[in-house]
Amino acid sequence: MVDHANALADRVWRRYDRRERLTRYAVLLVTLMVVVWALRDIDIFWPWVWDAPNQISSLGARMWPPDPSGLGQILTAMVETVHIATLATLLTIFIALPVSYIAAQNTTPNRACLWLGRFILVSSRSVNTIIWALLFVAIFGPGVLAGILAIMFRSIGFIGKLMGEAIEEIDRRPVEAMEATGASKLKVIAYAVVPQVMPAFFAIVILRWDINIRESTVLGLVGAGGIGVLLQGAIDTFAWPTVATILIAIVALVLLGEAITWLLRRKVM
Amino acid sequence: MLEISKLVKRYGHDEPVLQGLDLVVEDNCVVSIVGASGAGKSTMLRCINRLVEPTSGSIRLNGMELVKLRGSALRKARRKIGMVFQGFNLIDRLTVMENVLAGRLGYVSLFQAVTRRYPPEDIERAFTLMERVGIAHYANKRADELSGGERQRVGVVRALMQEPEVLLADEPTASLDPRTSEQIMMLLQSLASELSLPVLINIHNVAQAKTYTERIVGLRHGKMIFDGAPADFNKDALDAIYGGIEAPDDAITDAPAQAEERQRHDAS
Amino acid sequence: MTPPEGSTPTTPRTWRKPPFIANPLLRYGLLAVLVVYLVWAFGSLPFNWARISEGLPRAARIFGGGFPPSFERFDLLLTGFTESLQIAILATLLGVALSIPFAVMAARNVAPLPIYLFGRAVIIISRSFHPVIVAILFVAAVGFGPLAGILTLTLYSIGFVGKLLAEEIEEIDWGQVEAMRATGAGYLAILFYAVFPQILPRQVGLSMYQLDSNLRASAVVGIVGAGGIGGTLMNAFGRYDYDFAFAILLIIIAVILVSEGISGWVRKKIW
Repeated sequence: MVDHANALADRVWRRYDRRERLTRYAVLLVTLMVVVWALRDIDIFWPWVWDAPNQISSLGARMWPPDPSGLGQILTAMVETVHIATLATLLTIFIALPVSYIAAQNTTPNRACLWLGRFILVSSRSVNTIIWALLFVAIFGPGVLAGILAIMFRSIGFIGKLMGEAIEEIDRRPVEAMEATGASKLKVIAYAVVPQVMPAFFAIVILRWDINIRESTVLGLVGAGGIGVLLQGAIDTFAWPTVATILIAIVALVLLGEAITWLLRRKVM
Repeated sequence: MLEISKLVKRYGHDEPVLQGLDLVVEDNCVVSIVGASGAGKSTMLRCINRLVEPTSGSIRLNGMELVKLRGSALRKARRKIGMVFQGFNLIDRLTVMENVLAGRLGYVSLFQAVTRRYPPEDIERAFTLMERVGIAHYANKRADELSGGERQRVGVVRALMQEPEVLLADEPTASLDPRTSEQIMMLLQSLASELSLPVLINIHNVAQAKTYTERIVGLRHGKMIFDGAPADFNKDALDAIYGGIEAPDDAITDAPAQAEERQRHDAS
Repeated sequence: MTPPEGSTPTTPRTWRKPPFIANPLLRYGLLAVLVVYLVWAFGSLPFNWARISEGLPRAARIFGGGFPPSFERFDLLLTGFTESLQIAILATLLGVALSIPFAVMAARNVAPLPIYLFGRAVIIISRSFHPVIVAILFVAAVGFGPLAGILTLTLYSIGFVGKLLAEEIEEIDWGQVEAMRATGAGYLAILFYAVFPQILPRQVGLSMYQLDSNLRASAVVGIVGAGGIGGTLMNAFGRYDYDFAFAILLIIIAVILVSEGISGWVRKKIW
């Protein structure tokens, strides 16, 4: 009888058990508190927020119709943007590969190299391209060199990290077989490591090139060359129709980059 | 001649995997090493070419002590020890010919290795050996396009390219179907006599060990507990080696089934 | 030891590695294209060598002035970071919430064609623009300050989360949808009972990831005036306060590492 009563009492349906519910409420509460704190504390002039849709649509109206008069200049800047992205990606390869080699657990010569490699990767990845650009503009002055270096310094971390992971994931067995033939370390790499990471290498470089195309469109905003210089100039002079043309050109460039990436990736895979 | 004496291998502070093993293998002799999984067969083979570092003991190949070697001396010694692996250990994305020529890596320069400009003698030798095992027409195919038996032939040719003075085979047939594994065992047996080469074969399949080898060595818990001709390998020896670990019949009859499963695993 | 005596050789006894690209015309063509491209690219880019040659002494001055990094104006640093964090949190929340309707619109299997095209277009456009460009436009529209930053990163989140979520919706198990249809449920009920439960775990993981990447991005949108630590950094650079700038950089790196760690940990917990 008692058992039966208990069984009935247990038949109240609940989506989650007590512990799960407590965790969910706690997470929800913390989120809510953080949001309230952020909303109250942030330095926003609220009337502007309610006015924002008006402002945005009026800006949009000022941009229409796009002004095609500067198209020749824009195209030249676009080509420059692509050059920056492509050259930087190509140059990055030469630095990123050795770094990935010493930053991979299974190929690194010793612990000091491993940590040096990881340090390079982390510092490269944690600093955004545009901050790198800021630094290089301060050093080498405004221009494409600062842009190329900025893209390179950010890409080293990206390509290096992913290549390092690809190296760590290789099949150990061919490596063992090559060692058993009496091959030296470099020959083992050439025969057992390089062929295994080749597909990953192409995929990663292509992916980064695509990202770099996008990144190089903004370099000019801090003076590091490419289409961003024109964009900044047009915004500073309130030439909104020209801004619209540049924006359309950027979308076209990015879509073109994506199409090329897609084609290349299909060829490589 | 390969002489192993008092070979001990201990991983960390665990019970040693090899507990003072003694073994002498004459030239021109095919020895099979049987034992349950974990008996130390694979460790013993890998101690010989130092893929695994022995804890103590001595291994001498034609009079040369292998255990103390370092760096380039070790690599020079490894050139003389061919090894065939259970999972073939081919470089899948390279051609069959490149895999075969990889056996010469200990002999050629880094430049020759990277540019694939091997000496004509090596190419000649590669074609001869590939014809001998029937894979010459695959020279420019990628290694992963071949079937399991063909891949193991590539593995055998690669080991022979080293002009080895001893051939080690670590479960060479465990990833193959029964018919193909018979062919590989036959191949190893005839190559050993053609090249008058001592061959050590780790093997799980006792029936094949009895058919294709002249001498059987049984290991259990890192100790040698049987050494003799296949004719002497009777039920008692089988029980001594496998008894209480796994059903001895399984070692014979189940091997192909396991092998197929492993092969499927490899393919996926 | 000699090689075994084989039958008479039938194969030609030379061997070259088959080239990576079989067609020689294409092979050398591609090589030529690459060389021509490199010459063209390097030749056409306007390098200002006179200015670049001053680079090394300048670098020495910058790094000399930057070390040791100065944490004297810690208040300013803290204010900047708090603002960046607030921008990231609010933008993530808004962006993730808004990405759900856009993802539904951009999923071919649950949205009718015109709506699908609209949803895709929004996602493609918001993904095409680097957040810094979007930030400049918002700064121009709504003025300097964190509002522009929040709007920017919201759009950025919609683009990123929306795309992945739409792909997730397109791959859901359709059987559950049919089962809900069979009970006579309406469109919204199907969305809530058969579609959302399937994408929820992914959505939570994506939100954590997005919070992390919004925090990174919030450090840079400030450079064009959209609030946060980026503005502080830009000012420090502008005023040649390199020791303060390096202090900010170090803190940015530290914060990003911590946030990456936390986000990774949470995602691992959830999956």
